[in-house]
Amino acid sequence: MTALAAEATAPLTPRPFRVTRRRRETADTWTLELSPLGGAALAAQPGQFTMLYAFGVGEVPISSSGGASDTLVHTVRAVGAVSAAICAAAPGSLIGVRGPFGNCWPLEEARGRDLVIVGGGIGLAPLRGAIYAALNDRGAYANVVVLVGSRTPADLLFTREYERWRRGGIDVQVTVDSARSEWRGKVGVVGQLVANADFDPEEAVCLLCGPEVMMRYTALALIDRHVPAEQIHVSLERNMRCALGHCGHCQLGPTLICRDGPVYSYAEAARLTAVREL
Amino acid sequence: MRTLDHILGEIPLFEGLEPDQVNLIAGCGGNVRFAEEQMLFREGDAADTFFLIRHGTVAIETFVPVSGAVTIETVEAGDVVGWSWLFAPYRWHFDARALTVVRATAFDGACLRDKCAADPALGYQLMSRFAQLLVERMQWMRLRLLDVYGDSARR
Repeated sequence: MTALAAEATAPLTPRPFRVTRRRRETADTWTLELSPLGGAALAAQPGQFTMLYAFGVGEVPISSSGGASDTLVHTVRAVGAVSAAICAAAPGSLIGVRGPFGNCWPLEEARGRDLVIVGGGIGLAPLRGAIYAALNDRGAYANVVVLVGSRTPADLLFTREYERWRRGGIDVQVTVDSARSEWRGKVGVVGQLVANADFDPEEAVCLLCGPEVMMRYTALALIDRHVPAEQIHVSLERNMRCALGHCGHCQLGPTLICRDGPVYSYAEAARLTAVREL
Repeated sequence: MRTLDHILGEIPLFEGLEPDQVNLIAGCGGNVRFAEEQMLFREGDAADTFFLIRHGTVAIETFVPVSGAVTIETVEAGDVVGWSWLFAPYRWHFDARALTVVRATAFDGACLRDKCAADPALGYQLMSRFAQLLVERMQWMRLRLLDVYGDSARR
């Protein structure tokens, strides 16, 4: 194989990574820390994703849930054969990794302004890196508000970390869609938290991740508070396969999400997702 | 000391009402306090009151056999608990329990209904405001019915 050919195929070849830590988040969700077997470390920026390959099973796109460090961190929910195999990867086992791919959360745009982070369900995972970026550079932002929603209290992610985020000066509010009466927290959808959250609508930069319907209604609640749609950013997901913009599986209208996204302003995302046939 | 009509004038639900209308409404209200775990009302009881929460959190619940009590939603300061006082047969459909110490203004439903019947302009204002509240709660409730974190959840 020529050097040129080798270079061309490299982005399609998974590099072997060893699982160094695995932590259970919920009944079906695990956080894995990965280190390369050889070669350079892989640093994914908050918002970017990698293609994780469970050898012999298949490959899926998974957003980074870590900060901008040398350790690759992914939080994975077991919803299919591949993600279940990745969740089952014990420390010491190998996983193939390609990437990182895509753009990242516009944290630079939020500097000096209020930062509102809204995560629904497993959608909090791609935002975790942005939360740590804000926590580690807290003085760079005005109010930082994290609104968390999930189906039930048992489905909440990163619950062990909320207190640390609060101590670091972040206003963390949590709600669930449904709960037994033992739950002392809020019950309602995450978008309902927007109305009373403490931020300046004209200046705030908002990062949203979760099911598309949840992001849409949360964005509308933000717009009701007069946040400009250009200042609301959402992470879209479609059927990413090659992650290089070649295969077209993740095409959404004129854009390829793996190449141009996954992070879009809501002004753009609303146009893209309004076409029902796409 | 601030009077009840002054307090009500600053509540979004009553924003924009004429001072004499706020005064009429305040005439049907009084301050109440609930200890943590105390019930505001129970399903099936006569719905003769609504509560404007000024401090604390209230859980709207129902009892599901075998499962026990299930929280349908929580309501916090600035929100209203109860609209069954507006519509016959004036019975509560759910339980309401104080999750924390709750301070609220309780309004006598029969007193308000009488004033609304005597003053259609006031009746229209109150009905419009409660309709807005109902629509907002119903729209969020519809979203919950979609169970968006189920099969459609992100990987």
